[in-house]
Amino acid sequence: MYYPASLRKSIAIAKKDLRIYYGKGPVVIFGILLPFFFFFSFLIGREMPPLTLISGLGGMAIWFTATSISPIIAPMETRTRTLERLVSMPLSVTEMLIGDILASTVTGVVLSAIPISIIAVILNLNLVHFFPLALGIIVASFCFSAIGILLSALPTDTTSDVMMLALLIKFPLIFVSGVFIPASNLPGWGRIISRFSPLTYFVDLVRVSFGGSGQSWMNVGILTLFAVFFLFAAVFVHKRTLPKRL
Amino acid sequence: MGAIEANSLIKEFDGLRAVDDVSFKIEEGEIFGFLGPNGAGKTTTTRMITGVIRPDSGTATIEGVDVVQNPTAAKEKIGIAPEEANAYLDLTARGNMNLAGEIYGVPGRELRGKVDELLDIFGLLDRADSKVKGFSKGMKQRLILAMALINDPGILFLDEPTAGLDVESRRLIKDQVKKLNEVGKTIFLTTHDIAEADRLCDRVAVINRGNIAAIDSPEKLKATIRSTQSILVSFDSMNFEAADLETLKGVEELEKEGDKWRLYGPNPGEIIEEVVSFAKEEGLKILSLNTSGPSLEETFTHLTKN
Repeated sequence: MYYPASLRKSIAIAKKDLRIYYGKGPVVIFGILLPFFFFFSFLIGREMPPLTLISGLGGMAIWFTATSISPIIAPMETRTRTLERLVSMPLSVTEMLIGDILASTVTGVVLSAIPISIIAVILNLNLVHFFPLALGIIVASFCFSAIGILLSALPTDTTSDVMMLALLIKFPLIFVSGVFIPASNLPGWGRIISRFSPLTYFVDLVRVSFGGSGQSWMNVGILTLFAVFFLFAAVFVHKRTLPKRL
Repeated sequence: MGAIEANSLIKEFDGLRAVDDVSFKIEEGEIFGFLGPNGAGKTTTTRMITGVIRPDSGTATIEGVDVVQNPTAAKEKIGIAPEEANAYLDLTARGNMNLAGEIYGVPGRELRGKVDELLDIFGLLDRADSKVKGFSKGMKQRLILAMALINDPGILFLDEPTAGLDVESRRLIKDQVKKLNEVGKTIFLTTHDIAEADRLCDRVAVINRGNIAAIDSPEKLKATIRSTQSILVSFDSMNFEAADLETLKGVEELEKEGDKWRLYGPNPGEIIEEVVSFAKEEGLKILSLNTSGPSLEETFTHLTKN
């Protein structure tokens, strides 16, 4: 069960993660700069529609930032034996994982909202649906962070093992989620796979929020369902693999 | 109701039984030593009692709260200082203390005062805002102990609290353990340092190959191997046949220790009488004569060997 006191514990974990893992200069600078490198490499010398540009790059920004650190916290804490310290405290697996997800969510929100805002100004795009996009960024960041945490359930203390698994999932998902090519332009099999990728709905949400056609709230709703699913999946798998880490 | 109760705890890893039917009861206010050679099952038992891992069968309770059924409530009653100094190296001492306090639910206003108080007690207040990565092993261990006390627990689990530490840290930690016990806290002390257990503990349990070999007070345990009682004698001259000492009535073993002789036997009084007679016959003057029982270390070796 997740009680009100649980939120206090999760926030304590989130604060710890932000200070140790996310508050470092290279993470912040890399997180802000990377989307701009992508942006200019797609903008210069190509005829890409502004809506495709902002939705694709917004999607990449949030996807990469929310899944950058979250998969490696568990293996790192296994190695340093700080995980055992946490497990010995009155803290459930759910509370601990929600704390990890919250830290990643905050980072994802900040490091994706900044580039999306700046790129919208550069491309002179009007934000038509503010609230769905704002909520969507939060929900998507939570959802992608939960995916990162789910990947970290691999019972290992070697971060490269988890990073390898994460890369095997992160990059292929980019190609089937309408980041580079709109999902509607994908072949039939690609369109089917894209429906099972939460990133597809965030990319579509950004596109719709800046004036594209579609249902912004429906994308937010689907992202919420994905977020709940991946949260439960992460808790379920971690509960089973945690004893192997201790 | 005991402070800590373990009932028939069993744990297997890959088909190997690490802990086999371990039971004991620790009363409130006791210092309980948990001794055993490496791989005997000490850590596994402690982890089961503290709710870090689940037993395959059996139960453990902390002040009556079942650790398996209600781990969060049980953990709120205890403080744990593991052997490995596993504070967060990238956080400051204060940051680590705050994290522990927030997880244990210490209210914000109270927490600040409590953190300063504990860091002061453990000699870390002047380094409160330094990152732990720059701390010595002794400082880290003191911080771990301070973190374990943030919720003012009634029961403390200390795993090798002084292993490998400098003299100052060892003394500070031992003094604090005694003081904490004096104010009524129950201490569960896992240690390799048998002399430390002998000095500090009201009772000790010796675990070997996953089984409890003995539980009793250190003195009663020592009395179980009476044959290792001895007398240590020195004479004013070494001009006698040492082998003659070994033939004295009641002597089972003879050992030379520098200019002294140690005579082992189950009845030291009888040996003393024999030694006095022997000295008279040989024209020797006894310079010193002391009796000594087995040390806890000898008892431990005896119990784990058998």
